[in-house]
Amino acid sequence: MNLTLKVWKQKNKDVRGSFETYQVSNISSEMSFLEMFDVLNEQLVHEGKEPIAFDHDCREGICGMCSMYINGRPHGPWHGTTTCQLHMRAFKDGDTIVVEPWRANSFPVLKDLIVDRGAFDRIIQAGGFISVNTGNAQDGNNIPIEKEKADQAFAAAACIGCGACVAACKNSSAMLFLSAKVSHLALLPQGAPERKTRALKMIAQMDKEGFGACTNTGACEAVCPKEISLDNIARLNKEYLGAAATIDK
Amino acid sequence: MLDSKIPPGKLEEKWNDYKGHVKLVNPANKRKLEVIVVGTGLAGASAAASLGEMGYRVKAYCFQDSPRRAHSIAAQGGINAAKNYQNDGDSVFRLFYDTVKGGDYRSREANVHRLAEVSVNIIDQCVAQGVPFAREYGGLLNNRSFGGTQVKRTFYAAGQTGQQLLIGAYQALERQVALGNVTMYSRHEMLDIVKIDGKARGIICRNLITGGLERHFGHAVLLCSGGYGNVFYLSTNAMGSNVTAAWKAHKKGAYFGNPCFTQIHPTCIPVTGDHQSKLTLMSESLRNDGRIWVPKKKDDPRKANDIPEDERDYYLERRYPAFGNLVPRDVASRAAKERCDAGYGVGTTKQAVYLDFKYNLINKYGRTEAGKQGIENPDQETLIRLGKEVVKEEYGNLFDMYEKITGENPYEVPMRIYPAVHYTMGGLWVDYELMTSVTGLYALGECNFSDHGANRLGASALMQGLADGYFVIPYTLGNYLADEIGTKPIPTTHEAFVEAEKAVADRINKLMSIKGKQSVESLHKRLGKIMWEKCGMARNEKGLKEAIEEIRALKKEFWSDVRIPGEINEMNPELDKANRVADFIELGELMCLDALNRAESCGGHFREESQTEEGEALRHDDRFMYVSAWEYKGDSDWNLNKEELNYDVIKPTQRNYK
Repeated sequence: MNLTLKVWKQKNKDVRGSFETYQVSNISSEMSFLEMFDVLNEQLVHEGKEPIAFDHDCREGICGMCSMYINGRPHGPWHGTTTCQLHMRAFKDGDTIVVEPWRANSFPVLKDLIVDRGAFDRIIQAGGFISVNTGNAQDGNNIPIEKEKADQAFAAAACIGCGACVAACKNSSAMLFLSAKVSHLALLPQGAPERKTRALKMIAQMDKEGFGACTNTGACEAVCPKEISLDNIARLNKEYLGAAATIDK
Repeated sequence: MLDSKIPPGKLEEKWNDYKGHVKLVNPANKRKLEVIVVGTGLAGASAAASLGEMGYRVKAYCFQDSPRRAHSIAAQGGINAAKNYQNDGDSVFRLFYDTVKGGDYRSREANVHRLAEVSVNIIDQCVAQGVPFAREYGGLLNNRSFGGTQVKRTFYAAGQTGQQLLIGAYQALERQVALGNVTMYSRHEMLDIVKIDGKARGIICRNLITGGLERHFGHAVLLCSGGYGNVFYLSTNAMGSNVTAAWKAHKKGAYFGNPCFTQIHPTCIPVTGDHQSKLTLMSESLRNDGRIWVPKKKDDPRKANDIPEDERDYYLERRYPAFGNLVPRDVASRAAKERCDAGYGVGTTKQAVYLDFKYNLINKYGRTEAGKQGIENPDQETLIRLGKEVVKEEYGNLFDMYEKITGENPYEVPMRIYPAVHYTMGGLWVDYELMTSVTGLYALGECNFSDHGANRLGASALMQGLADGYFVIPYTLGNYLADEIGTKPIPTTHEAFVEAEKAVADRINKLMSIKGKQSVESLHKRLGKIMWEKCGMARNEKGLKEAIEEIRALKKEFWSDVRIPGEINEMNPELDKANRVADFIELGELMCLDALNRAESCGGHFREESQTEEGEALRHDDRFMYVSAWEYKGDSDWNLNKEELNYDVIKPTQRNYK
């Protein structure tokens, strides 16, 4: 198939960017979306132009590095799919595809389609862990965990930290990301001792990073490639309120 | 002969004895010592976090935008540990034995035994961190089985075990970052090791955002930079996975161990065309529940589901009745290649075999579920429906991934799979303490050569990465640093830093000034093709000699005709890639040289000249019972050092999975 691409180009974070239009031809429906970009970049290198910079690594939907805003939707048209797992079967000959970076003040553009998601690491640093040093553990089977709880914790822990939730949110809120981590750890007995401080500190860090508030529109859940549920945000709110109301100041 | 510094004493007492006598660094002195950790996958993140907890001042580096992206995250099936929770006869000794046998008797007994010993601590540590492993209804940890073993010792989290383990290590690392014990440098790539008075004292790295070069000092340097499977261009590795850090260390004096030992994983989604940028693994755990087959008739045009049972050749079950579909990876891969080469392959390219879940959907899971739910005499449809639900829970993400890539539903039709490059057992040579042949320079995880011999068993990579990072290096590093407490941090204005940085800058300038016609990608693809065809699943003397010539020619072409757009002092992914591919080309030559030297078959290294009558790998223990540790002498010039392998406890035999 032959396609027209309108792609955001921006030299670095200090200059303004703009859309450039490109044509690609002979794209096979078996290619992944990023392989289509590989074809375009090869073409650009041969023409002596600068290729488009984009983040990608594992190309199997798990590292969370790829981050393209495709036709107005993070990761493109397929439900529960990262950009790298999106295949060209999703498009047809003659289509025009618009590709932008994640749009959020807390994710500044570094170059073209690459953004800085360091804010996510800093939110985890604020409390997204269980404080246990290496070598302090008891036998794994000394902590029986209800299967249902363990499964729920796993579902929340499946978050890949790609930032699609933030990119989709009209408020650029990081609540789905944050709630997935708070849920993962709050659902497990190992996470109980730090439950209150964790929720409070992580929320404080999120605010400090400039992410917006949550207004429950659910856009984040709709685009999440790992289908992280909005229930996690409800759980986060409960955790936060409980902590704020009861913690010793 | 190389000294691997294996402690004396009985095998099962070596590690404990070592720990009991090793030198220690007191807490006040730890705070004065700086440790550089390159790479933040399972080995790097666990090492950086643990050393930070102990009080060392750690600096960690990764080329990705966050340590959580490291490719350990993509490991699917699980992690082994000798817990014997299933009461099926597992033990530290049996895990040790399986791993040595699986590695076709080309690994070090002492290292592997230590690995088996600490495997149980890893699971405990990960549970304490909140890693959500799969559990039984009673709340206890669940296990699955993997290839090359007859017990169930693999712990897992659906098909995302690597992700969950890495997130655990990442969180421990970020906690240390928050406490100020670890400084994290993401989007940084190490481009050289700095040596002062024969010891590793720092690194030169490139800030991948600004393009600027930086000098960093450390009392010791740990490389945890993963494997080099991308030398084949197509592999299951991430696009950014590379050999550069290890290769720079090699050129600065670290010996490269068994470079030709690569693992070709039997169950990957087959190549569809020239556009292919990478290959995707379907976890080995699927071989638990899937049966591998090809049609009995050559070039059978029928669809898989239309081929009746008695016209299917379940060739693994036929050839290896004892282990069946769970033979080790090297054996399964070669068997698939043999069937396809003989004309029984399936799919459009005929380079694929079927992995079929229908039998177990019905018989294993369907019937158990029906029993649980009290359904008497269930019909086939009910069984399949019930079976699907269980399979979805166990492997849901893998089945979805398969469907996204191929457009076929694996619950309905068998998966098509073919072997692909997955892991590299070879790597930097290290002694028992994980120190390379450069004093103060260590290698952990896939980056070293140490524990898997000539073939790695499934679910052992995660185990080794975390063993090295959580439980080995915290002890062995102290043994070196205890003598370094008097060494003041060396200013990076030292001439060794200046020279190293200049060499890196010169190389980058040279690359950028070529301004040729060919893209980095196209040259990388050509290297991959040479490697896959002549140093892949089967190798022979003639092919390897040709490959070496072809790679040398390709190297010339690269350095005279590569085109790298953009500038040096900016974010430039093409330049990053060029730096890596230039190193892959040099490594490719060494791999072929090593494969040529090792005129025997063992594990994943199959020399066509050395096979049994039945086509199995034939070792020559009399001539090759050693680790090849290659010493870099100059351009295309290496000296072979050998570390003799001694088997005191296990008697090497012809591996038998029949």
